[in-house]
Amino acid sequence: MIKAILIFNNHGKPRLSKFYEHFNEDIEQQIIRETFHLVSKRDENVCNFLEGGMLIGGSDYKLIYRHYATLYFVFCVDSSESELGILDLIQVFVETLDKCFENVCELDLIFHVDKVHHILAEMVMGGMVLETNMNEIITQVDLQNKMEKSELLLADKCSFA
Amino acid sequence: MALKIVKGSIDRMFDKNLQDLVRGIRNHKEDEAKYISTCIDEIKQELKQDNIAVKANAVCKLTYLQMLGYDVSWAAFNIVEVMSSSKFTYKRIGYLAASQCFHESTDVIMLTTNQIRKDLSSPNQYDTGVALTGLSCFVTPDLARDLANDIMTLMSHTKPYIRKKAVLIMYKVFLKYPESLRPAFPRLKEKLEDPDPGVQSAAVNVICELARRNPKNYLSLAPLFFKLMTSSTNNWVLIKIIKLFGALTPLEPRLGKKLIEPLTNLIHSTSAMSLLYECVNTVIAVLISLSSGMPNHSASIQLCVQKLRILIEDSDQNLKYLGLLAMSKILKTHPKSVQSHKDLILQCLDDKDESIRLRALDLLYGMVSKKNLMEIVKKLMLHVDKAEGTTYRDELLTKIIDICSQSNYQYITNFEWYISILVELTRLEGTRHGHLIASQMLDVAIRVKAIRVFAVAQMATLLDNAHMLTGNTQRNGICEVLYAAAWICGEFSEHLENPMETLEAMLRPKVATLPGHIQAVYVQNAAKLFATVLKSQEGNTDSTTAQEASQLMIDRLPLFVQSANLEVQERASCILQLVKYIQKLQQKDVEVSEEVCALFAGELNPVAPKAQKKVPIPDGLDLDAWINEPPSESESEDEQPKAIFSKEEPKHSRPRHTEVDEKELARRREARKQEQANNPFYIKASPSSQKVYQETPGVEHIPVVQIDLSVPLKVPGLPMSDQYVKLEEERRQKERAEKKKKDKKKRKEKRSGRGKKHDSGPESEEDITPAHMVDIVTEEMPENALPSDDDERDPADPHKALDIDLDKPLADSEKLPVRSHRAAEVLKSPAEDEEGENVSSLEPKKKSSKEKREKKKDKDKDRKKSKEEKKKKKHKHEEKEEADLLCGQADEPAFQSEETNEVVTPPTSTSADVSDLDFWLSNAPVPSNTQEAATVAAAEAAPAPGAISVTTPDSEPEEPKDTEMEETKSSKHKKKKQKREKEDKEKKKKKKHHHHHHHHGDKGGEESVQNGTVEEEEPLPPMSNYCLLAENSYIKVMMEDADEAYDIQGNLQDGSQVVVSVIFENKCDSFLKSMEFNVLDSLNSKLQRPEGSGPHDSLTIPFQLPPGVSNEARFVFTVQSIIMPQKLKGTLTFIVKNEESSTHEKLDFKLHFTCTSYLITTPCYSDAFAKLLESGDLKSSSIRLEGVNMPFHHLLARICFHHHFSVVERIDSCASMYSRSIQGHHVCLLVKISSQTVSVDAKCDEPTLLGNVLDEIKQTFSQC
Repeated sequence: MIKAILIFNNHGKPRLSKFYEHFNEDIEQQIIRETFHLVSKRDENVCNFLEGGMLIGGSDYKLIYRHYATLYFVFCVDSSESELGILDLIQVFVETLDKCFENVCELDLIFHVDKVHHILAEMVMGGMVLETNMNEIITQVDLQNKMEKSELLLADKCSFA
Repeated sequence: MALKIVKGSIDRMFDKNLQDLVRGIRNHKEDEAKYISTCIDEIKQELKQDNIAVKANAVCKLTYLQMLGYDVSWAAFNIVEVMSSSKFTYKRIGYLAASQCFHESTDVIMLTTNQIRKDLSSPNQYDTGVALTGLSCFVTPDLARDLANDIMTLMSHTKPYIRKKAVLIMYKVFLKYPESLRPAFPRLKEKLEDPDPGVQSAAVNVICELARRNPKNYLSLAPLFFKLMTSSTNNWVLIKIIKLFGALTPLEPRLGKKLIEPLTNLIHSTSAMSLLYECVNTVIAVLISLSSGMPNHSASIQLCVQKLRILIEDSDQNLKYLGLLAMSKILKTHPKSVQSHKDLILQCLDDKDESIRLRALDLLYGMVSKKNLMEIVKKLMLHVDKAEGTTYRDELLTKIIDICSQSNYQYITNFEWYISILVELTRLEGTRHGHLIASQMLDVAIRVKAIRVFAVAQMATLLDNAHMLTGNTQRNGICEVLYAAAWICGEFSEHLENPMETLEAMLRPKVATLPGHIQAVYVQNAAKLFATVLKSQEGNTDSTTAQEASQLMIDRLPLFVQSANLEVQERASCILQLVKYIQKLQQKDVEVSEEVCALFAGELNPVAPKAQKKVPIPDGLDLDAWINEPPSESESEDEQPKAIFSKEEPKHSRPRHTEVDEKELARRREARKQEQANNPFYIKASPSSQKVYQETPGVEHIPVVQIDLSVPLKVPGLPMSDQYVKLEEERRQKERAEKKKKDKKKRKEKRSGRGKKHDSGPESEEDITPAHMVDIVTEEMPENALPSDDDERDPADPHKALDIDLDKPLADSEKLPVRSHRAAEVLKSPAEDEEGENVSSLEPKKKSSKEKREKKKDKDKDRKKSKEEKKKKKHKHEEKEEADLLCGQADEPAFQSEETNEVVTPPTSTSADVSDLDFWLSNAPVPSNTQEAATVAAAEAAPAPGAISVTTPDSEPEEPKDTEMEETKSSKHKKKKQKREKEDKEKKKKKKHHHHHHHHGDKGGEESVQNGTVEEEEPLPPMSNYCLLAENSYIKVMMEDADEAYDIQGNLQDGSQVVVSVIFENKCDSFLKSMEFNVLDSLNSKLQRPEGSGPHDSLTIPFQLPPGVSNEARFVFTVQSIIMPQKLKGTLTFIVKNEESSTHEKLDFKLHFTCTSYLITTPCYSDAFAKLLESGDLKSSSIRLEGVNMPFHHLLARICFHHHFSVVERIDSCASMYSRSIQGHHVCLLVKISSQTVSVDAKCDEPTLLGNVLDEIKQTFSQC
């Protein structure tokens, strides 16, 4: 199971947080801070696994992260997930974002966090991996976006009718 | 109206959208909080409007603010409003917000049930999808209960997009509403074979998650997962399944046996590191689960270790990390295979990555032996120096201590060295682990008697140099070691060379700056030292030293009397008054030393940490009742548990009565010793432990190696443990030399004197004797100590509720709740439920008969057996089934009269599924070493009932011809009735083809070599390596010779051991007992008999056989030469017992050891193979087989299976194969086929062996 997915930048500013278990807002912020603290002090070329923080997880949980340019992508997972598998999943996630936003950068995530959530929802559901095939994910995301657009067009037509 | 809409949309134009909000926040860096609070006010205004678009926009912004840590639960109702919008755009925003901030205690959730239900059944698949995604985050027990049925319906939706989401969310539903698991499970199981890979993956995901928590309930799915594993190409699915198997194997070692081969194949074939890693992990789990059973997997362990080494050597830090992680798992059960990679692991200690260094440290813990402990610790000490001032250094420190102290100091051969290491560690500034070092010092000094002299000297030096440790008291945890030093010097002061000096050191004014609890120990132990000084001066005419000591005490103690610490003050003032009194007596020339010493008399024994907790409350003891006569104090004292840091406490009370009546005390002590000696539950300390003070313990006769200690003692604070490494090396060499001088008597003494702690030492280290005869005092435990409490599962764990037996048939009451007012659903769902049930049970009729059978199963076993037998003879299964059912019902009242008529069966019963599993598992591992074989199709389902009984050609002579008869018997073999009947029909067809020597129902390569992928290829006929040894009307004996041979390297010069599994099956209606197995040994092969029995004695088989039951026994043979096949004659004797009589029966048999059976399937790489062939050491030979009419891959599979080869490489109709004998002969084959002619060119370093193996191969194919 995946317990949480966090994206924050090099300064620890959250860009996306998805918890698959309920915590209240303060604890969520603490977890983000703690995770940032753990992850940011690691060198570039060390391994991508960390035995979890204090607030989230416990002995069974691991932090698996990747660092892309200005962003950290961190997955907090338990022992039922394959470490290397999750690393691949992060890669798929980032590549999908790249496709959907066309050369994704931090600003895309800052201004369109809702879209990032929608993409993530096609990959991971309730803490379990739903789909790992990038084309399938993109197809579903595109179809939903198309639907949204047609609805908006309709709404505009109505309002100016 | 139109105006209103226009107004709304104009409003919207002026509203901030999410992007504006984000931009705004970024522009207000200095007053962000203030800006956001104005935004929240705006949002509140927006939420009050009627326009849903405005509301949705507001909710979208709230979701963002929630991420920044703002509580938005106040808007929960608005979120629900947005969720129920008919437009997908808004609905999606609403559900996203809900998934981010709703949780179980959000009260508006109960308003959403109907909305969600509506969305779930929406014609738009994305409405449904969004609802499912949202629900997965905030599902509550109520929602789960109300919606379980709707979601279950969606599991069969036409769109895979919905199906996979519905399947996945079921896991959450199960967690919140465990009652839904059983009704939904059949359909979930069905989804494992969904045509869509995404749905299949989701189902695997869910079941893996469920099974991880309660593995035993999912064992019966193992065959299905096995099939998926051999057919799936999706790495995600494979990883999940393989992980699941890792969780299942500990419960069922037979499963592991079956898994090894396909996993090994995957390891060889996959290019995905993630998959490879998980395979290795699971193979390790399998090996761990098998480690007790069969030691015959050295090849697999080797493979794993080899692959892990590749990972560790990789430049990718992730692989390195995982490699080390997996390595530590192997370490637990197969330390030897890991130890050979010590170099690599030590190398990892230098890695720049801390995670990797920590993993490597973990590994080191398990890798130490008596031989290498000193060397490893020396390395670690170097790292300690390098790691100045980091948390990693603290970690190193604890690891060093862990490594040395593990299993009762098992690996320490020289405790002087260890004390030196501890003393060296005290030089670490700023460590948090002063406590740890101190407790080790105390522990070693107390428990290793022989080391006390040395320890005391070292501690005295430490005390003398205390200023070096206390440089910066505030944040310096290291001063804790002074606590230990002071206590050791005081307690064992009789060993001090110069007690007066140490006494002086302990009373320096600087001591007053130490923490209170340490000062207290100083004061108390100063008194002990004082007593020792007095004692040493006893009888000395010149009493100046004694008087000096008293004067010193009187001068210095007042400093402590003024201490702010109560403990210090109290002790100091007591002792001061005492010393003053003593001084007075001294001036009158009164001998006082004996009385003073008596203050501190008595030995301290270590007590196990949980001793107190484990004392059981005796019967009839009421702890709350008033106790009239308290037990005599002195007696209870010795049994009191003593924590390490409170050792001297019990002594306070002691002086009182010692002074009162010294004799009385001695008498009591004597009585107590007597009582302990007579008490079988009292774990005695060493014989000398009670009398340290009366006479010096037997230290003199302990051979202590003379070491020049002047250097370490005089230069405190310099590294000194190093020289021990050298000394130890010399000592060991000397010892070895001595040993050669046949100093046998002495050795015997030593060994017997070494005591408990060495028993577990690895054999290779037997010859390293410790430098001292260390006498580790065992920890005391109360009599009748209770077994330690197991970790109980957290009662709050939601998975506990999911521990549900899934094999039980569904009861009517277990249907998922359906909303009655929705007519459509009512009509639909029961039917669906039923459909679900049907899936699980194949035929509902069978299910009911099963149920009934379970109830009477135990009592009715025998009767059923005979019924079964009859049935088989008639071969009319359908009718039989019914007949059985009727019989069953007829029988029932007799057994059920007491029971209620509940439909639910007892949970312990083994249902058909479970016995199916038994059946599946009883099959030996499949020989599919080659990729082809793994994918080649075998028979669709389970094997033919008659199959097992038929023998291999090897044992033709003894084989009775009545196959029909055997069929009946063998069917009983694994208590498999249900399944067999179901499948009989399909099988019959097959039987016609396979009814020859090699089928092998029970071996059932079928299930495991499941096809599924390569339908067009002809199925591989089942094969067996069980052969019939002998049978008569009472018993049948079958032997499995295949993969049981293993070598025990180095144990016998050039002999090897072969394990033979023999299955005994009772064919008659009587009880078989007192079975004895005997074999006439030949020069070459001998049956291993227990020590003390003669060469012709028979072995008693350790079980009895009730009618129809079979069981397996293993026999070990020692074989000298393996190059020739062997035949051994043997006899089985047993007593047949029935109600009337018992008769003695005898059965002769011949054991046939083929040369093949000495070969071990060993994987070989093509480059290694080429090297081997090039080496030129191998003799060659070849055979030609004419008229072989089978596909090439079958041919290879056969050679692999029957002759234990593995395919190295295959190119078209040509393949190279390899195997290795248990004595290390290499056997290489080159197999070619051209129009029914097979040529086998072979090379081996032993021509005789080669000739025999080729003959055997020839024989195998001549019978096709």
